[in-house]
Amino acid sequence: MSTVRPGYVRPLDLRHGRVDMSHGSGGRAMAQLVEQLFAAAFDNEWLAQRNDQALLPRPEGRIVMSTDCHVVSPLFFPGGDIGCLSVHGTINDVAMSGARPLWLAAGFILEEGFPLADLQRIVASMASAARAAGVPIVTGDTKVVEAGKGDGVFITTTGVGVVAPGLEISGDRARPGDRIIVSGTVGDHGMAVMSQRESLAFGTDLVSDTAALHGLVAAMVDAVPEVRALRDPTRGGLATTLNEIAGQSGVGMTIDEAAVPVLPQVEAACEFLGLDPLYVANEGKLVAIVPAAHAERLLEVMREHPLGRRAALIGEVIADAHHFVQMRTRFGGRRIVDWLAGDQLPRIC
Amino acid sequence: MKYIDEFRDGALASRIAVAIAAEADPGRSYNLMEFCGGHTHAISRYGVSDLLPAPVRMIHGPGCPVCVLPIGRVDLAIGLALEQRAIVCTYGDCLRVPASNQLSLQKAKARGGDVRMIYSPADALKVAQAHPDREVVFFAIGFETTTPPTALVIKEAARLGLANFSVLCNHVLTPAAITNILESPEVRELGTLPLDGFIGPAHVSTVIGSRPYEFFAEEYRKPVVIAGFEPLDVMQAILMLVRQINEGRAEVENEFTRAVTRDGNLKAQALVSEVFELRRTFEWRGLGMVPYSALRIRAAYAGFDAERRFALETRSVADNKACECGAILRGVKHPRDCKVFGTVCTPENPIGSCMVSSEGACAAYYSYGRFREIAVVAAE
Repeated sequence: MSTVRPGYVRPLDLRHGRVDMSHGSGGRAMAQLVEQLFAAAFDNEWLAQRNDQALLPRPEGRIVMSTDCHVVSPLFFPGGDIGCLSVHGTINDVAMSGARPLWLAAGFILEEGFPLADLQRIVASMASAARAAGVPIVTGDTKVVEAGKGDGVFITTTGVGVVAPGLEISGDRARPGDRIIVSGTVGDHGMAVMSQRESLAFGTDLVSDTAALHGLVAAMVDAVPEVRALRDPTRGGLATTLNEIAGQSGVGMTIDEAAVPVLPQVEAACEFLGLDPLYVANEGKLVAIVPAAHAERLLEVMREHPLGRRAALIGEVIADAHHFVQMRTRFGGRRIVDWLAGDQLPRIC
Repeated sequence: MKYIDEFRDGALASRIAVAIAAEADPGRSYNLMEFCGGHTHAISRYGVSDLLPAPVRMIHGPGCPVCVLPIGRVDLAIGLALEQRAIVCTYGDCLRVPASNQLSLQKAKARGGDVRMIYSPADALKVAQAHPDREVVFFAIGFETTTPPTALVIKEAARLGLANFSVLCNHVLTPAAITNILESPEVRELGTLPLDGFIGPAHVSTVIGSRPYEFFAEEYRKPVVIAGFEPLDVMQAILMLVRQINEGRAEVENEFTRAVTRDGNLKAQALVSEVFELRRTFEWRGLGMVPYSALRIRAAYAGFDAERRFALETRSVADNKACECGAILRGVKHPRDCKVFGTVCTPENPIGSCMVSSEGACAAYYSYGRFREIAVVAAE
């Protein structure tokens, strides 16, 4: 009499286990990791198809697509971690076209030896960020590299969204006379992460501002479809974003230092490290360029949204063949707010 | 921010600006050199020049630690990283200083050199303790401000008996550089560099005190006002210099009384002289060989001296021919007088050292002041 014994697979040791090369080899170990960790957390109808691709309905309207790689160190920081950051980052890049984000794809590069407990924490954080945002992670991939060839975990996410008819939001549409609005305090994310770096670690109650901004964007474009440009000032901070838009649109800008919202903790930490908050990364803020006539209305709408409470009008677009971003300093002088050269490095004395 | 904002107050600044404009004689000129890169940075970042009347002209001096670092010394550090396979620790600003063969410490790192950015010399000591099997060299640069911490780690390394830690010492001295400028032909004979007064360093003076500047005021008849690094400090110092010049006085005055005394920090001075001694001569980028202008590690701490330990010989390497950093550092030329400024030489690809640190005259002007004379191609 033949009997087929049900197979027993020892569950992943999520407490003490570590990623090993077999988790990327395409064998049972990998299937188990995908099932027990990723699929269990992200759980949705497209992932449930268990195919190498997600079969999606065709959305109405113009489609936008964006991708973003995440390599943050440390992986866990006050206010977030690489997991929720990788969801928010791509949702925001999609949303800055005025689009409604629909789906995400996620690619993981794991380093051999990475604790499964940490991976689970990161995946759970991604899942809850995606769920809160209403944007499911519908497909993904995992690879493992040898110890020493990665930095724990790298995550790449790709997002797809759809833009409503009538919206024309693009970095090349800023025109002289337009107003420049920022959705809140700048530099929070960068300084929160820096406060945790091994060589720097300083005591602070700062938390990252990481957040998905598509809700705020939806409210903004509903009320003021005339918005010309939107961008989230991530790496390189507000200064870099303004320079990008100025260059793309072939205009100059002038901003008022006193009008740019900065938390006192961020200002103090920057002071102490010799950094400039205008160049420090944000993960939950946006810059909007809007015709002057609609600026007040847009500010109102933004301030009604929880992610735009501290929105502020910081300056205006001007005609300038050199595409300089200038700033009136609080001190009463003027200066250029230039592109960052290399990394922002602390000064010596 | 409490305590700092008070020194950046725009309303107070405009009051001092009114006083300067009222007291500065439109019939004469006030050529004031801020020696220190910290002042250069403050002037550029806060737009102080916009608040000054036409007769007052600020000249950027050579007090930027990475700007005066000669190529040959950076080459030594790169050699330690790439050939001796030592871990080279240094301050962030040093990483991008251009050296020979189109290298810099940052580029040496990309070629496999173990180069680490640190915030404090104590971090270099930690690196040495964590890697007992590797040679760890702290590439020490800076004026009198950064010298006492270097002295401290050398003493600490001696106390711990660390056998794998050494310091490549490039510490230089402010008064020697001021003398060099005052003795230069441009100031003494040619008259191409009119100099009516100095803003004295802030942090350097907390260590050495205000006394060393008395010689300049007395001997060269140049007023000196020691000022803090906040923009209001600078404005106040300019007003004090204008008054001295108007009254024909040449004295050392101290605007930065909240931190600087006449004698300075005696404990730090004692520490420095215990560990370091004067070098007979040292090369400065821009100024050339300047006698008694730098420090070396005393024989008692020879084991921690990277130059002795690795038998290093400094080669003098000329700057790129088109680069005007030398003349700019001496105040003889303005960044806009340099042909490569803003074209081949930008903060992304510095040819000369003045374009590296935000304290450097060229980088400060490029990053903050360029819009005043717009002849520069914007970075695409």
